[in-house]
Amino acid sequence: MKKTSLFDRLRQWDAESFDLTDALRADQMPTERPGSRVWNPEAPVEPLARRREKRFFRLYPILAALLLTVFVALLLTAAFGLPAFGAEDAPAHNEVMQRYLAQGLTETGAVNAVAGVILDYRAFDTLGESHVLFAAVAAVMILLLGTAGEPSAERSPLSEARDPVLTFTACVLVPIILLFGVYVILNGHLGPGGGFSGGAILGGGLILFVVGRGFAPLERWLSLRVFRAVTLLGLCFYSLAKCYSFYCGANHLETIFSTGTPGDILSAGLILPLNLAVGVVVTCTMYGFYSMFRRGRI
Amino acid sequence: MTTADLFLLLLLGLLLLCGLSAVLTKNLLVCLIIFMAYSVLMSVVWAMLQAPDLAITEAAVGVGISGILLFVTLKKLQTLRKKAEDEKDQSV
Repeated sequence: MKKTSLFDRLRQWDAESFDLTDALRADQMPTERPGSRVWNPEAPVEPLARRREKRFFRLYPILAALLLTVFVALLLTAAFGLPAFGAEDAPAHNEVMQRYLAQGLTETGAVNAVAGVILDYRAFDTLGESHVLFAAVAAVMILLLGTAGEPSAERSPLSEARDPVLTFTACVLVPIILLFGVYVILNGHLGPGGGFSGGAILGGGLILFVVGRGFAPLERWLSLRVFRAVTLLGLCFYSLAKCYSFYCGANHLETIFSTGTPGDILSAGLILPLNLAVGVVVTCTMYGFYSMFRRGRI
Repeated sequence: MTTADLFLLLLLGLLLLCGLSAVLTKNLLVCLIIFMAYSVLMSVVWAMLQAPDLAITEAAVGVGISGILLFVTLKKLQTLRKKAEDEKDQSV
């Protein structure tokens, strides 16, 4: 093909003797130079992409090791720059921490200082985290709820026959796991735990139940509608409660949620209801993730 | 050096071992089980560093939830079934 200048081409195109789409097609066509290669069907075919792949995989371990070494060195440098564990002059030991530890019990009513910080002092951060979780659930629902039409593994005869060991273990363990989850949620302001970890334990218990006994017993009361309602109500309750508490706190108003006697189960103001809301949302989320992954619906 | 320090060092060494073997193993199922063992060790380390909240969350999320979800993903990708069939072919 003879090279023509751009200006000539433009004039040809203007005179409608030259078609742009044909030119594009001709560019993509593999140009076989005559005499450059004798076609031989016995010769091993090694296209360019294959050769590139081979070269890539020879370099791959070396580059990976190099990158890993650099990354580990960076992280180790950063780790050795940190103050020692429990050092007195660490940057975290400032007036904020002293305030939290000295007056946290009277201000929030939570015996567990961690719950007092994450659900009272720093509740705005936790509110953002809840919204991140909600956005993740929404994204997973968009991606996975549409796959209900595909043939799922559930309908195959293999998964119908359940392992008796698994069924029995699930029957024994699930009540204990669920009870522990409820305990962790309700005791979030008194001891270690809280809404997120308790909800994860409850969700794990529900998943174990479903693995042992099938989806049918749970489907009766945990449908997609219940799932949506619970998730949305939990998040709305959280947001409204925090709006109220920010409004009162910022204006130095008396709240209707008293801190109560520290150590009582009904104390610490909003922390217990917030833990409940977060726990219910996380439970539904974990179970919903499993169900959507497993069979494309809830 | 007290017994608790020695135990912590042992746990940290096992963590390192778990991390390395999780990267180096070829079988995805084995990799996942090593990852769950890593989470168990990590939750004990959190408990020893006096962070029980983190320990509970690590045990529930790291071992329970993410382990289950990754198992389901492997099943969806049919990695497990293919492996089982390969083994069956070899035994026959």
